[in-house]
Amino acid sequence: MISRSIIFIERWFAVGGALAGIALLAIVLVHGGYFVTVIGFAAIYGIFCTGLNFFMGYTGQASFGQNAFAALGGYGTAILCAGLGWQPVLALPLTMLISGTIAVVIGYPTLRLRGHYLAMATFALGLITYELSIEWISLTQGYMGYAGIPPLGIGRYELASDRQQLVALVIVLLIGVWIAQRLKDSRFGRALRAIAGSEAAANALGIDIARYKLAAFVVAAVYASVAGSLFAHFIGFISPEVFGLSMVTLSFTMLYLGGIGTIWGPIVGAVIASMLPEAFRGLKELQDIAYAGVLILILIFFPKGLAALPGMLARWRGEKAQAS
Amino acid sequence: MPALLEVRDLAASYGHVAALKPTSLTVAEGELVTVLGPNGAGKTTLLRAITRLVSARGTVLFKGEDVSRLATHALAARGIIMVQEGRGLFAQMSVRENLILGAYTVGNAAAEIERRLAEVFTLFPRLKERIDQIAGSLSGGEQQMLAVGRALMAGPKLLMLDEPSLGLAPRVAADILATLGELNRRGLGILLVEQKAPLALKLARRAYVITLGRIAAELSPDQIKSHHDLAQYYFH
Repeated sequence: MISRSIIFIERWFAVGGALAGIALLAIVLVHGGYFVTVIGFAAIYGIFCTGLNFFMGYTGQASFGQNAFAALGGYGTAILCAGLGWQPVLALPLTMLISGTIAVVIGYPTLRLRGHYLAMATFALGLITYELSIEWISLTQGYMGYAGIPPLGIGRYELASDRQQLVALVIVLLIGVWIAQRLKDSRFGRALRAIAGSEAAANALGIDIARYKLAAFVVAAVYASVAGSLFAHFIGFISPEVFGLSMVTLSFTMLYLGGIGTIWGPIVGAVIASMLPEAFRGLKELQDIAYAGVLILILIFFPKGLAALPGMLARWRGEKAQAS
Repeated sequence: MPALLEVRDLAASYGHVAALKPTSLTVAEGELVTVLGPNGAGKTTLLRAITRLVSARGTVLFKGEDVSRLATHALAARGIIMVQEGRGLFAQMSVRENLILGAYTVGNAAAEIERRLAEVFTLFPRLKERIDQIAGSLSGGEQQMLAVGRALMAGPKLLMLDEPSLGLAPRVAADILATLGELNRRGLGILLVEQKAPLALKLARRAYVITLGRIAAELSPDQIKSHHDLAQYYFH
C-alpha cells in the first residue's frame, strides 16, 4: 500500500520537479546575467555529483579525491584547447580517456583499501593533484592559472554567449543523468548496489567486488573529468583553487542534501546548494550563517536528502490513513 | 556416491585465535549433510573458509577439482552458493531485485532468469506476492525464504546454509527446512549448519558435530537416539 503510494507521489514529484526545472531554466535564460553563471555551476556540479554518486551512493564507498579527476579534465582541456589549439569536441573525449585510464592505474591498488583507509588514500590523491597543479608551472601555469580557454563549440561554430553554453551544459547534464539511470537499472548497477548492501553477500553470489569497485571509480572519474572540462570551457579560466578541497566539501554537501544513491538527488542538491547563497545575499555578513543554518535544518528533517521526501510523505499519509 | 565437496584439513584463524582447527568432511552428490554444534564452535567459520570469505589453509575439492585457490565469486560461478547467517539480503532493494541478483552468474539471459524466478515462486509463492516490496520490510520468515530463493536463482550445485532457522518461529523454521528437504530430494547437494539439531537431523543423512573448532564426531541420524546423546558433544 505504502509502496504504491510512494510510486504515485514520486510521479507527481517527478512531474513537478521537471516543470520547476524547465521554469527555472527559462527564467534564467530570459533574465541572463549572473544567474546564468550560478545555474551553469549547478549543472557542472550536477555532472560531477552524478558521477561521484556511482562510487559513493550506489557502491557505498568513500572518495575524498574525485576533484583530482576534475582537475585532470580541466587542465587537460586547457592544455589541449588553449595551449595546443585543439577542438573542444576532440579534447573532451581525450581527457575523458586519460582520466579513465589514470583512474584504473590508481584505483587498482588503492581500492584494496576499505573504509577510512580508502577515504584517506583518495584524500591524498586530491592533495597530490592539487600540489602538482601548483608546482608543475610549465604545464599548469601554477597559481597564475590557465586563461584563454575557448568556449564549447564544433569547428568554426562556437557557443559564444553564456546562454548558449548553459543550454549545452544542461544537455550534457541530462545525457549524464540518462546514462546514470540506464546503468543504475542494469546488471552493472544492481551489482554496485549489492556491494553497498553487503560485500560478503554480493561476493557469495558471484560478484567480483574488486572489479566492480574499480569500474564505479572509473565511471566517477570520467564524469568528474567531463565536469572539469566543462568548467574550463564555461569560465574560460582555471586555477588550482577551482579543483581544491572546497570542491570536495561542496560536492558532498550537494550529494547528501539532494539524496545520495538516487538519480535526481545530486541534481537537486547541486541546484539548491548553488542557489541558497544567492538567496541569502541580502543578509550580507549573515549570509554564510543563514546558508549553513538552512543546510543543517534540511539534513535534520530530511536525513536521506530531499529525494527521500516522496517516501516520507507516502509513509506519513499511510500512517494518517491507518490512524483514522 | 562420488564426492561433490571434499574438505581436507581446512583451518582458519582470526588473528591468533584458531577458530577452525584442521577439519575434514565430505558431501556426496545429492546428499544433505548437517553440521551441528554449540555457539562459537566454528560452524560459521567452516562455511566462510570453504567459500574463502575468510582466508584459510587446507584443501577444498569440488567435483574432484581443487578449488582451494579460487576467490569467493569464482566459487559461486562454479555453483557453490552460500546462504549466510543473518541472510545477507540487500535490505534496500526489492524482492525482485534481490532474486535477479541471485542469478548474477547467468548474465543477461532474460528467459533463463524468468524460468528460475518461476521455479522460486513455485517453492515460495509468498515471494511472488511481495515481489515489489523492499526486502528489509519483509517478516523474518519471508526474508529467509528470499535468502533461499535468491540462492536458488544462482542454480547451485552445492547449497550451503548457515543457520537458516535462526530467529524464526518454530513452525516457520520447520517449513523452511522442509523446503530444503524437498530440494535435496530433487538431487541438490546441501551442507546445512544448524543449532537446532532435532530439525536438521530429520533431514540429514549424515551429521558432523563440531566443537571448539574441530569435528568431534561424524554420525548418522540413527546413531543419535536422543538429545541426551547429542548433548555430550555440546557440553563436554
